[in-house]
Amino acid sequence: MNINLTLIGQSITFIFFVIFVMKYVWPPLVAALDERKKTIADGLAAAEKGKHDGELAQQRVHETLKEAKEKAQEIISQAEKRASEIIEESKDNARVEGERIIAAANAEIEQEVNRAREQLRGQVVTLAVNGAEKVLKREIDEKANEDLLKDLVAQL
Amino acid sequence: MSSETVSSTNYIQHHLTNWTYGQFPDGHWGFAHSAADAKSMGFMAIHVDTMLWSVLTGLVFLFFFRKAAKSATAGIPSGLQNFVEMIFEFIDTSVRGSFTAKNDLVAPLALTVFAWIFLMNLMDLVPVDWIPHFAGWVGATFFGADPHHVYMKVVPSTDPNATIGMAFSVFFLVLYYSFKNKGIGGFTAELTLMPFQSSNKVVQALFIPINFLLEFVSLIAKPISLALRLFGNMYAGEMIFILIAIMFSAGWALGTLGGFLQLGWAIFHILIITLQAFIFMTLTIVYLDMAHSEH
Repeated sequence: MNINLTLIGQSITFIFFVIFVMKYVWPPLVAALDERKKTIADGLAAAEKGKHDGELAQQRVHETLKEAKEKAQEIISQAEKRASEIIEESKDNARVEGERIIAAANAEIEQEVNRAREQLRGQVVTLAVNGAEKVLKREIDEKANEDLLKDLVAQL
Repeated sequence: MSSETVSSTNYIQHHLTNWTYGQFPDGHWGFAHSAADAKSMGFMAIHVDTMLWSVLTGLVFLFFFRKAAKSATAGIPSGLQNFVEMIFEFIDTSVRGSFTAKNDLVAPLALTVFAWIFLMNLMDLVPVDWIPHFAGWVGATFFGADPHHVYMKVVPSTDPNATIGMAFSVFFLVLYYSFKNKGIGGFTAELTLMPFQSSNKVVQALFIPINFLLEFVSLIAKPISLALRLFGNMYAGEMIFILIAIMFSAGWALGTLGGFLQLGWAIFHILIITLQAFIFMTLTIVYLDMAHSEH
C-alpha cells in the first residue's frame, strides 16, 4: 500500500484511455444513434404524411363520387325533361299534321264538288239545248234562235 | 494454500502485497522480493500488477467499445452493439442529467471512468487464489523465482495508487475548467468570498481566511474522497474474500461454509462494484459541472 510511481502511471493510462474514447468510441456511437433517431423521426413523419395523404385521397374519392352522383342525377333529369319535351313536340306535330291532312281533304272534296257541279251544269245545258233543239227544230230556224239560246246559257 | 507452510497472516500479507518493480535503497533497480523490500523503495517504484491488470481491463473495454463503435449502424442493432448502446444511453442520460454546460470531454470521460472502474472491480470476483497461484507457478517454473516472493494483486482498484491517480486526473480537470471558465479572479473569489459574506469591508476581509480554509478543505476533499471511497470499498471487499479463502484450508465443514459465504459475498459484491463505478462516474460529472457553473 505504498504510494509510488504507479499513481503517475495510472494517471497517464487513464488520460490515454479517455482520449481514445473521446476520439474513437464516443463520436461514432453518437453519430449512429443520431442517425437512427433521424431515421425514426423521418419514418414517423412519412407515416404521418402517408396517413394524411390517405385521408385526403379518401376525401377526394368521396367528393368525386358525390359529384358523379349529382351529375348523373342532372343528366337523368335533363333526359326526362327532354323526353317529355319530345313527347309534347310530337303531339303538337301530330295535331298540326292531322289538321293539315283534314284541311287538304276538305279542299279536295270542295274541288270534287265544284268539278261535279261544272260537269252537271254542262250536261244540263247540253240536255236543255238538245231538248229545246228537238222542240224548236220544226218551228224555228236554227240560226234565228242561236242568239236566244246563247243568252239562255249565259243565264244558267 | 495450506496452513502448514504459510500462516494466515503471511497468506493475507502475501495477497495484499503488490508485484513491485523499483529502485532499491542501494540504487539498483529490480523486483521487490517482500513487502519490506517494496516499502524500502519509496516513491521510485511501480506496481507492475496494478498497471498490468488495469491496462488489460482497459484494453478489453476499449477493444469491445471500439469494435462496436466502428461497426455501429443506424439500423437495427445486434448483440455487441446493443449492449454498448445500452451503456452509452445510460452514461449519456447520467451526463445530461447532471452536467448542464457544453463540453465534449465529459461524456467520454464518464464512460471511461464507469466502464474501466467496473472492469477493474470485476477482477475482484475472480477467486482470490487463482491468478496469484498461476503467477506463482509461472514465476517458479519459468523464472526460477520463489513462489512466495511472486506477488500478484489482481484488483487494480484495491491499490490506492490507481484510485488516487484517477481521482487526481479528474481533480486536475476540475481545476483546469474552473480556471478556464471562471478565470483566476472568479475562482479565487469562489474560494475566499463564500460562504460567509458581509457588506462591511473590514468584516469581509476578516472572513476571507475563514472562507478560504473552508472552501480549500472542501476542494481538496473532492479528489481524496473520490479516491478513498473506491479504494476503501474495494479493499474491504477484497479483504473479506481473502478471509473467506482462509476458511478453505480449515477442514471440510468450514470449507463448505466458506464456499457458501464466498458465493453470497460475490453476489453482493456485484452490486458494490457496479455501485462504486457509478458513484465515481457521477461524482466526476458533478465536480466537472461545478467547475463549469457560476455560483
